[in-house]
Amino acid sequence: MELGIRNVQKEFGGFTALKDVSLDIRSGELIALLGPSGSGKTTLLRLIAGLDFPTGGNVFFGDEDASLKSVGERNVGFVFQHYALFRHMTVEDNVAFGLNIRPAATRPPKHEIKRRALELLDLVQLSGLAGRYPSQLSGGQRQRVALARALAIEPRVLLLDEPFGALDAQVRRELRRWLREIHDATGHTTVFVTHDQEEALELADRVVVMSQGKIEQVGTADQVYDNPVSPFVYGFIGDSSVLPVRVEHGEVWFEDRSIGLKAHNVPSGSAKLYFRPHDIELLDGCGGCIAGTAGVSRRVAGTKRVELAIGGAGHRVEIELPVDHPAASRSRIAFRPRRWKLFQDDIEAPNEVALPQPVAA
Amino acid sequence: MADAVFHATRNDRALAFRSPVTEPRNFRLVAIGLTLVLLAVFLLLPLAAVFVEAFRFGIAKYLEVFSNPDALAAIKLTLLIALIAVPCNLVFGIAAAWAIAKYRFPGRAFLISLIDLPFSVSPVVAGLVYILLLGSNSAVGGWLLEDFGIRVIFAVPGVVLATIFVTFPFIARELIPLMQDQGNGDEEAAISLGASGWQAFWYVTLPNVKWALLYGVLLCNARAMGEFGAVAVLSGKLRGETVTMPLQVELFYNEYMSVAAFSLASVLAGLALVTLVAKSWLEWRFADQLATGSRTH
Repeated sequence: MELGIRNVQKEFGGFTALKDVSLDIRSGELIALLGPSGSGKTTLLRLIAGLDFPTGGNVFFGDEDASLKSVGERNVGFVFQHYALFRHMTVEDNVAFGLNIRPAATRPPKHEIKRRALELLDLVQLSGLAGRYPSQLSGGQRQRVALARALAIEPRVLLLDEPFGALDAQVRRELRRWLREIHDATGHTTVFVTHDQEEALELADRVVVMSQGKIEQVGTADQVYDNPVSPFVYGFIGDSSVLPVRVEHGEVWFEDRSIGLKAHNVPSGSAKLYFRPHDIELLDGCGGCIAGTAGVSRRVAGTKRVELAIGGAGHRVEIELPVDHPAASRSRIAFRPRRWKLFQDDIEAPNEVALPQPVAA
Repeated sequence: MADAVFHATRNDRALAFRSPVTEPRNFRLVAIGLTLVLLAVFLLLPLAAVFVEAFRFGIAKYLEVFSNPDALAAIKLTLLIALIAVPCNLVFGIAAAWAIAKYRFPGRAFLISLIDLPFSVSPVVAGLVYILLLGSNSAVGGWLLEDFGIRVIFAVPGVVLATIFVTFPFIARELIPLMQDQGNGDEEAAISLGASGWQAFWYVTLPNVKWALLYGVLLCNARAMGEFGAVAVLSGKLRGETVTMPLQVELFYNEYMSVAAFSLASVLAGLALVTLVAKSWLEWRFADQLATGSRTH
């Protein structure tokens, strides 16, 4: 089932949670809505589900405009962050609920419902726990029951709200792999919300990065990581360091020196230089480089993160070094980003300060 | 000598392991003692007195009251009132709790305070207000009496109204905190699975609150049977017609029929005891699902 979100707007009272959001989701795709809290990702998911209704725009299920249909009519499987299992029902009754409440005309016979429920519990690897109550299960098991329950109604789309948010890291990784397998096996169009970028990048076919009610970028894990289109995405996905720079005649300048990066297609003006702390080359001499005084360093797994104070204003950027690299013990370190990106500062902010005359390094 | 030293260290240890919020032993004894004495004097003694007085002249005399037509009428009326008032408040209570717990609307906070009104208004005042509003001299009361021949005040409908008013908060108050605590999640899940609003209520909401509901019904029922003030004002005390058990107890007593008074009172007290036992069992068994329990965590 393809999903089309067209110019969707959502306001709560005076607060705009979604601003003119459009998104196309292909049939069978596994999509992650990724963003910090308050970015509107859960609101978007609830609008797709029909648990909330947009104040503007349309939601299409295939060619059909589902904007005004209720969640029941849309036939979606929704997995809630806190599972929302029915505590007074056994696991099997929870899974069978969606079938049991159907009107007699469309309700499968009792033994068929039981067979389907047990089959789904088998799929989520919980066979044998059919008679338990939700309170007798672990968090990961509850989440799997919730998924089986959502799949039982044979939904057209599967929607998951922070599905692994309340679980510990180990279980989370396991369930992630397992969700991917289930998705590949059942072929449902699946949308899940997460604030965990690792989860989004690892699991999803495409990641939708959201911030402040808007979609910042839609792309594969590689696209959003290697080619972020906005400072927000660069800063939000993966680690990044930022340095305020100036572009002049296709050259990047930091304070009074050129740092040896060419930016031919960027008009002159002030900009921000973004790079990944690990994607740098260390230099010995400094003819066109960034140099700084080493400050605090911390150990992160197999590498060392060093904070450098750069230039007269002492801008702090982080770089990553191999633990045994000789530079790690030096007090002054020179480097140049290997891959980087420039984002021009807003033109609206008037640049009143006269630029100092560049002096060749 | 060695013994003394040993004891000293043991006492020190006992001190060291004492909980930091525990008061000295003497204080504890006084506090517990005082509570027990007060309970005995003010609660147990009167309760025991009721039964002692009722059985003072033997069991035959005790049973006599149950052949007194006024007493029988009072028992029947009390049961009838409870049978009407409790279901009414069951519906009102669930509806009010649902509205307050599941929706945000203007006037919601006011509604919460309003539900408590019967607790804060004297029942006698409530009774008088109903007389003003529905008495035969009032517009509504006069209309009901002349056009339909329905007497509200000094008749059974008035007694029922008074009881409903006084017992209104019990069920709603029990459900509101619990339903607020549980939120909308389960209902959303049910509806996303294709349930209608009614199915979500019947299969999900109601089972989630059933023990709190039963608890509220028990309290409501106990009060409905025992209410005196508001009922006394509205009943007009027409023997065999509008006199409930508590009123009949007073009538018997004022006529120096103390055995009959206490025998009937013992029935009320017995009902109260049954309610208390059922309530304690619910509290013990389903503490986590009752409002009284969920408030604490």
